[in-house]
Amino acid sequence: MTQPIKTMGESTDAVPPPIRETSRFKNALQELKKAPLTAKFGLLVISAYIFVALFAPLIAPYGESQIVGPEYEPWGHFVLGTDNLGRDMLTRLIYGARNTVGIAFVTTLFAFFIGGSAGIFAAILGGWVDSVFSRIVDILMAIPQLIFALLLLTIFGTSIPVLIGIIAVLDSTRVFRLARAVSQNVVVMDYVEVARLRGERIGWITLREVLPNITAPLVAEFGMRFCFVFLLIAGLSFLGLGLQPPTADWGSMVRDNATLISYGDITPLLPAAAIALLTVGTNFVVDWFLHKTSGLKS
Amino acid sequence: MTSPKKKENHPLLKITGLHIEGQSDDAWIPIVKGVDLTLDRGQVLGLIGESGAGKSTIGLAAMGYAQPGCRITAGEIWFDGVDLRELRRRERRSFRGVRIAYVAQSAAASFNPAHKLIDQFSEIPVEHGVHSRADAEADAIDLFTRLQMPSPETIGYRYPHQVSGGQLQRAMTAMALSCRPDLIIFDEPTTALDVTTQIEVLATIRDIVEQFNTAAIYITHDLAVVAQMADKIIVLRYGEIVEAANTRIMLSDPREDYTKSLWAVRSFKKTAAAPEPEPVPLCKVEHVTAAYGDEPVLHDISFEIHKGHTVAVVGESGSGKSTAARVITGLLPPLKGQVLYKGDPLPPDYRHRTKDQLRQVQMIYQMADTALNPRQHIRDIIGRPLAFYLGMRGAKKEARIRELLDLIELEPDAFIGRLPGELSGGQKQRICIARALAAEPEFIICDEVTSALDQLVAEGILRLLDRLQQELSLAFMFITHDLATVKAIADEVIVMLQGEIVEQGSKISIFSPPHPEYTELLLSSVPEMDPDWLDKTLEERKHLSIKSADQ
Repeated sequence: MTQPIKTMGESTDAVPPPIRETSRFKNALQELKKAPLTAKFGLLVISAYIFVALFAPLIAPYGESQIVGPEYEPWGHFVLGTDNLGRDMLTRLIYGARNTVGIAFVTTLFAFFIGGSAGIFAAILGGWVDSVFSRIVDILMAIPQLIFALLLLTIFGTSIPVLIGIIAVLDSTRVFRLARAVSQNVVVMDYVEVARLRGERIGWITLREVLPNITAPLVAEFGMRFCFVFLLIAGLSFLGLGLQPPTADWGSMVRDNATLISYGDITPLLPAAAIALLTVGTNFVVDWFLHKTSGLKS
Repeated sequence: MTSPKKKENHPLLKITGLHIEGQSDDAWIPIVKGVDLTLDRGQVLGLIGESGAGKSTIGLAAMGYAQPGCRITAGEIWFDGVDLRELRRRERRSFRGVRIAYVAQSAAASFNPAHKLIDQFSEIPVEHGVHSRADAEADAIDLFTRLQMPSPETIGYRYPHQVSGGQLQRAMTAMALSCRPDLIIFDEPTTALDVTTQIEVLATIRDIVEQFNTAAIYITHDLAVVAQMADKIIVLRYGEIVEAANTRIMLSDPREDYTKSLWAVRSFKKTAAAPEPEPVPLCKVEHVTAAYGDEPVLHDISFEIHKGHTVAVVGESGSGKSTAARVITGLLPPLKGQVLYKGDPLPPDYRHRTKDQLRQVQMIYQMADTALNPRQHIRDIIGRPLAFYLGMRGAKKEARIRELLDLIELEPDAFIGRLPGELSGGQKQRICIARALAAEPEFIICDEVTSALDQLVAEGILRLLDRLQQELSLAFMFITHDLATVKAIADEVIVMLQGEIVEQGSKISIFSPPHPEYTELLLSSVPEMDPDWLDKTLEERKHLSIKSADQ
């Protein structure tokens, strides 16, 4: 190790061991090896879902809305039977992953972009900007989310872009509150004052000074938000205001086949199980990430 | 309290072969490596050393306690004939608070803000069944009286935020005494206090030790303080004992080189005299009055800072020294008055200043930890002002960053790619200095830059600043509460009290009598290495107060 030139006085100063800059990939791999079983399980689930969503047309035995046989066919010839219109259940499940997960992901991204930037701005600028933003958010949050979403969807119609837009805006309120709260802890630091005194613009302060220091809670929140958005979309679809037929979607699949439950068939619950599994998996990973970044080592 | 097997004629505390390890990233690293010490009743033992030397860890181990993430791996801790390590958790608990008490560094952080002082005072004796609640309260008033706290009958019924820092520290000492312990461990009890408050707390602690014949372990990094308090001193470094001796012997005749270097720190003096002042001062503060909201902080302040000069601003916390700096930087626009830079008025709000005006006044902070963005590499931290103010790019910028690292005596290759978390406290402060220098300013405000650092490291920083001043003819506004630092580095001194300037002038005139009353108090409160200093000072003050009462 190279010893820095030091003055005599400096020689007694305790130096933390330098962290050698090994490649990030190697580091990540090592972290992964040390991860608890739950986190590994969560990662496995998430990667499986991503794989299925990406390669849906290659994996699925039939077309997304192709009618392949009689309705309500039991398990057997078609692995998981057919639905109320005679479409293959497995195919629909696979395409559902693509639609529901994909849309939920995009929506969450938007929600974080809107809520995150507004929250950081509010924290940095303070004063009336903060007040105006916060009051708007308060008003939006005062109305129950699902009912508000139903109302807006009825007004604007139920196309996918509208769906994404509405849910992103409604969910950004939660992101705003978190981003604002964690940024407020950072903007009081001396290094932000240094940047302000240097004459830096808000863009620099947001992206270079504040954002890197609040990444951990935001990423953790991203996982959680993703689950909520995902559930909300599924819920809206179940109510008939989410993704519109014939697009395959787990929420509407539950509704379409709900009659079968009366006959003791668990098929309609499969999409619900798919939702549950992904939610659990994501939360395991988020927990692990939170634990890692919160500095609680023991 | 009766201990299981009591032997007579043994020291109160005897620690032998103490080893403690601390956890760091799944590995156990030794913190304390084989420490022996003995302490008799009524004796005060001073533990000194720099941060990380293991002082506090040893102090806690004397109670048989290891902090979370630490473990005692070997050694014996005999307290009054009982090995604390052998005891079961519950038995050990019966010692703590009752026979061994602990006074923490920050009383403000150690009191629960939601409960009155007296409730917190009574908790230990009542819990351990030493006193009833009524007796405990009566005892509290007695102790508060002995500790010379103002209105001892009623002060206990206040909440922690309603009393001053020095009073809180005394209340905590009273709390430690509530069960009349045999041993009290003081962990830097005056470090967070102003010098004028510190002297009162020191006097109190010494009184207590004498009155109750209590033994004490006094942990500090301030040599002058330990010289007043301790009968014998142990110097620690890297968890090992460097030297142990009686106070007077240790002070007059230190044997080890490390001890000598600690003793020599206070000898640093600025090398060259300040240049002749130019006709137009670099920075001039004119009749500034400032307030935070409705709370007035500065009252009609005026002073000048000349090129190449160091102006030290001293005063206690709350005296408005840092506020004056905030007015100059434009963070706090003044209500009245203005700041001139080279004869031209600066806009009161930093947001209205030009890039060049911002560049010329740079600031270095007390806590280098919070002044450096933990997510930026050193290269980016120092490189940003270069790019921002001077438009440097690419290889030119890189070369200049390396030049600046050389200037602050850090090896460029080793440090340029590091994050602030991979630096020590002194190195971080050097990076802050480099960042300020990168803007090529003529005027730097140093806000308590050395007070969070160990003495040896702090001295290194002072030497560096002094050298930079010679080479670059910088002007410093040096805010500090430490008069030793002022003596070392200042050309001119400004003494502040409650938002007003009490006295200002050249260093020689400030430090030579006659003094205004407050400067006198401030100067006489700075502990000296002489072990008799506290007695002498207290004696003098008593005389003075008698005299003034006679008049």
